Amino acid sequence: MKRRLPWVLLTVFLGLMVAGLLLGEYKAVLEKAVTVCLDCIGIG
Amino acid sequence: MGILSKPRRKRVWYQALGALGINAWLPNWLTGQIYQGKIKGVCVPVLNCYSCPSAMGACPIGAIQTSFASVRLNLAAAEAKFGLYVIGFLGAVGSVVGRMPCGWLCPFGLLQELMHKIPIPKLKFPRFLSYFRYAFLAVLVVGLPLLIVDQYDLGQTWFCKWVCPAGTLEAGIPLIVLNAGLRGLVGFMYYWKVALLVLFLGLMTVSRRPFCRAVCPLGAILGLFNKGSLFRMAVDDEKCTLCKKCEKDCPVDLRIYESANSPDCVRCLKCVESCKFGAISYDFLKRHEVAEDLRARKEAA
Repeated sequence: MKRRLPWVLLTVFLGLMVAGLLLGEYKAVLEKAVTVCLDCIGIG
Repeated sequence: MGILSKPRRKRVWYQALGALGINAWLPNWLTGQIYQGKIKGVCVPVLNCYSCPSAMGACPIGAIQTSFASVRLNLAAAEAKFGLYVIGFLGAVGSVVGRMPCGWLCPFGLLQELMHKIPIPKLKFPRFLSYFRYAFLAVLVVGLPLLIVDQYDLGQTWFCKWVCPAGTLEAGIPLIVLNAGLRGLVGFMYYWKVALLVLFLGLMTVSRRPFCRAVCPLGAILGLFNKGSLFRMAVDDEKCTLCKKCEKDCPVDLRIYESANSPDCVRCLKCVESCKFGAISYDFLKRHEVAEDLRARKEAA
């Protein structure tokens, strides 16, 4: 029997990812990633 | 034979290449700066601090905490940003391979396996501690960043701030050593995180992948997909003799004969190599590989 669940999950999550990209979330992640994260290094 | 039959015998090289590929901007190790290219917004499927000087991608756990910590601020500013990009990315990776990046690409996973090779007496890792990683995920990665905000409606990245030893090792120590401007800011939090890192390094030497099993929120997320991913493990009960060789060789002490697609499995495929009775197999798309049945071969001979 062909398993459909992984394909359904993949479609849903790719959809969420695209929605996030369309909402401009890539830029938000990039802005955080190119700044030294003081919390991460223990001085935040 | 399947696509992973030969690579799995050289998995440590894939782990090393993964660590290097994700942290390829090596000149920054001389300057104490971090890579700031435009591709750094691309998430990587492993726990890898984006403040590591050479990191070329975004840590999904750092990114998702930042997204949750900013939700209320964004809503106040009428901006609809909920972390869907990172959630979608993690879900997509999980839907295809489940927790496989933990076993093949994660630099911190590689470190834990190497530390465990140090020849000192070993301890069994208590299995119930595996549930703790869900608590770290629910409380420090999702709950507190969403719920506790300052006067500007901005939350904090609690897991990065209070726990993440990968951040201390990959970013905290290197940046403090290399960047004189940051050195003056060292205080209690820094020493707390260094102490936690030392604790985890010690635990790594005596038990297998303690951080992955008890703490890692990324492993907790990807592990939830193990049962529903395209990549599947399977154990043939008729062939399995319960010799437990797979459990002995497994980097997370997994009893794969009890649950082939357990959320604890990092899908390193060492068990496929270990099993001498052809009982363990995996399926991925149209590829299928079964452990070699040496008993059957012997009988045939």
